[in-house]
Amino acid sequence: MDAIASISRRSFLVGSVAGAFSLGFDIPFARSQGTSAVREINAWVVVHPDDRVVIRIARSEMGQGTLTGLAQLVAEELECDWSRVSTEFPTPGQNVARGRVWRNFSTGGSRGIRESHEYVRQGGAAARAMLVSAAAKRWNVAEAECSTSNGVVSHAASGRRLRYGELAAEAATLEPPKDIKLKDVKDWKIAGKGVKRLDTAPKVDGTLVYGIDLRLPGMLTATIRDCPVQGGKLKGFDAAKVDRMPGVRKVVAVDGTAVAVIADSYWQARKALEALPVEWDMGPGAGTSSATIDAMLTEGLTAENVFIGTRVGDAKAAIAGAAKVVEAVYSYPYQNHATMEPMNATAIWTADRCEVWCPTQNGESALAAAAEAAELPVAKCDVHKAFLGGGFGRRGRSDYVRQAVLIARQMPGTPVKLVWSREEDMMHCAFHPVTKCKLTGALDASGKLVGLHMRISGQSILASLAPQGLQNGMDPVVFQGLNAGGTEGQFGYDVPNLLVDHAMRNTHVLAGFWRGVNLNHNAIYVECFMDELARAAGEDPLAFRRRYLKPKHRAVLDAAAERIGYGKPVPGRFHGVAQIMGFGSYVAAVAEVSVKEGQLKIHRIVAATDPGTVVNPAQIERQVAGSFVYGLSAALYGECTVKDGAIEQTNFDTYPVLRMDEMPHVETVLVPSGGFWGGVGEPTIGVAAPAVLNAIFAATGKRIRSLPVAKHDLRSA
Amino acid sequence: MAVLTINGKRHEAAVDPETPLLWVLRDTLGMTGTKYGCGIAQCGACTVHVDGVPVRSCSLPVSAVGDAKITTIEGLAEGGRLHKIQQAWLEGDVPQCGYCQSGMIMAAAALLAEKPNPTDADIDAAMTNICRCGTYQQVRAAIHAAAKA
Ligand code: FES
Ligand code: FES
Repeated sequence: MDAIASISRRSFLVGSVAGAFSLGFDIPFARSQGTSAVREINAWVVVHPDDRVVIRIARSEMGQGTLTGLAQLVAEELECDWSRVSTEFPTPGQNVARGRVWRNFSTGGSRGIRESHEYVRQGGAAARAMLVSAAAKRWNVAEAECSTSNGVVSHAASGRRLRYGELAAEAATLEPPKDIKLKDVKDWKIAGKGVKRLDTAPKVDGTLVYGIDLRLPGMLTATIRDCPVQGGKLKGFDAAKVDRMPGVRKVVAVDGTAVAVIADSYWQARKALEALPVEWDMGPGAGTSSATIDAMLTEGLTAENVFIGTRVGDAKAAIAGAAKVVEAVYSYPYQNHATMEPMNATAIWTADRCEVWCPTQNGESALAAAAEAAELPVAKCDVHKAFLGGGFGRRGRSDYVRQAVLIARQMPGTPVKLVWSREEDMMHCAFHPVTKCKLTGALDASGKLVGLHMRISGQSILASLAPQGLQNGMDPVVFQGLNAGGTEGQFGYDVPNLLVDHAMRNTHVLAGFWRGVNLNHNAIYVECFMDELARAAGEDPLAFRRRYLKPKHRAVLDAAAERIGYGKPVPGRFHGVAQIMGFGSYVAAVAEVSVKEGQLKIHRIVAATDPGTVVNPAQIERQVAGSFVYGLSAALYGECTVKDGAIEQTNFDTYPVLRMDEMPHVETVLVPSGGFWGGVGEPTIGVAAPAVLNAIFAATGKRIRSLPVAKHDLRSA
Repeated sequence: MAVLTINGKRHEAAVDPETPLLWVLRDTLGMTGTKYGCGIAQCGACTVHVDGVPVRSCSLPVSAVGDAKITTIEGLAEGGRLHKIQQAWLEGDVPQCGYCQSGMIMAAAALLAEKPNPTDADIDAAMTNICRCGTYQQVRAAIHAAAKA
């Protein structure tokens, strides 16, 4: 790759903010940025003279398939030839320079498609209109007489045709249309179809360059150790003990809390860091353990001063006057995201410019973090986004970006790649929060559910990561899936008296967004307890639920139950059901399990989703199956425990996850009811655990109320 | 100086003999298709073939390789033709984030070489790689498809 080619790659935008550092570099992540200097039709669409179409994708691709789904939506309106489509990521710096023409880069909360479908489709439709306009001008006919299909503009009356590639240069000079009418979903030809992903080929031959694979001329590699206890500080280290080890270039303090070794290669850096004597001030969290956290959360279950999330009727009065009261306490432990690719970022810093290459779910916040750490204006910085080796919420934070820049500042002009060890990755994320929940249900004399109180006690993610999002101190995200109304996560049951409140109990261990977020434990709490209530009422769990469920919630549960043949499992196997609404979608699952001599086997899962609108059924199927692997890994094995303030699990030997031999067969049922756009990457995680826990109860009579399942004895008493 | 035969080519690497093969491949030789996931032989992201046998290269000191022949993901295709496992992966649209997939593919290719028609139990036993995205279902289907190809 010569310098000219790489510069042209970089300067695909008019007024590009390409920095001096790109000179002579083979631009990393070029596979995703394969554009030449061809002028764009608009921010979303570039059409080459040979009809290749490049669609720009602002959101990050971490495996969830958003890149392909968004491209489908643009291509649908553009009416181009799908087989000629490729994609590229604009940089956050380019977004800033162009007045945020691509809008939000943040990729989390299953929002990639549902939040941007409208404007990306408008981008495709506008480009199509400009291509039509260019053809009409050339032929001197009315635009209305022209039609488009598969990358060609046709004029039926005269039989004339022009390919998009022949029109693109001219179209690029035209004014964008004022009125854009989007297609009706029922007329879709590319969107809505289960087309294959656009990014598979380089993932099967090892050529995709992830952030951790980046190599730049003269690059050094650093690895880091942060204070084992979050909130603690670095007291000191003895660099002289390691700085003559092979390959070691420098030992540096980072942010007062961490120490990093910069070396020629990762292994050299790692060996030196292992040998480095370090002194820590463990800070105020050092006295904390899982037991002290548990005691604090238990106190919250009956505390007075709480935030009320959902209140309908008078649940406490209903409970006081109930014929039968059912009560249970559930708990959910810390979880680590454990993305397959450990955290990493590469930075090059001079007094005048800073560039970063990294896997990030939020390019714009990575850019802000880079600029802050670089102490440079945003206009003098940029971030090049890599494909992510997993995100799951972890890479929405930019802690590792900040570290990389702070390290690179201590080696001005030299690119430094910061690579975290798995051990560092396991001990330093913002963990899935710990919570406990006390549920109290009121049944009347006929066994009817007349009241429900859910008291959640535990950590707030917003208090940890985004306190500006708190509303008068309350974290509204805590009530995911338990909201009285709204389109994001509505509580599914019509209960006349309902109270959901939260005793916020935070610890020094950071809580963060973890695929499924608070829906994970909320769904366990509600759906396992519904099972308990059904049993107390002497009713079948499905029939009991159906009496109270709102129509859309009930419809997905019915769809799952029907597909699995609910109530008629294979002899020796047992069914468990669960439903929830989250991330704008309605989901339900039925699990079929057996337990023999204490050994759990999950034979089959049927998962139904109503996401309103389906953009790619094949990718949804993969997301749903994957969500069960993630959700069941946590439910069966996942638990991060705290000792002397530090997380005890440091690798996959102590934080086991689901593997192939335990993977149940997951069947995805899609029942889109139309008229809305829900997410699909996360919602079904919510039902993974409760469906299985309820099936375990059906099989064994054992009600598991704390996770992971692995710490319970499933043998019959 | 380690002398290695990788994908049919001879390479020299001036590294500490204790350096795991993984890091020699990735950092010294620039072959980054082989991934780092755990470093303790748990996840399989670093799987390569050593004389045809799947090995977790993060836990193999380069000095222990001797004159064994190493195949990495970069060398799995032959004469520009993808290995049939890679082909099945493409057709089955298997990868999600893709990070574990080099290791998955190397493990699956070794399985097929040993058992051209693996049962589900064979697959369970041989495919112990971790995939956090949860592609197991597609991986299983693609191995069966490749066996039939
Ligand atoms: S990196 Fe070698 S097995 Fe995980
Ligand atoms: S595809 Fe992402 S870890 Fe396997």
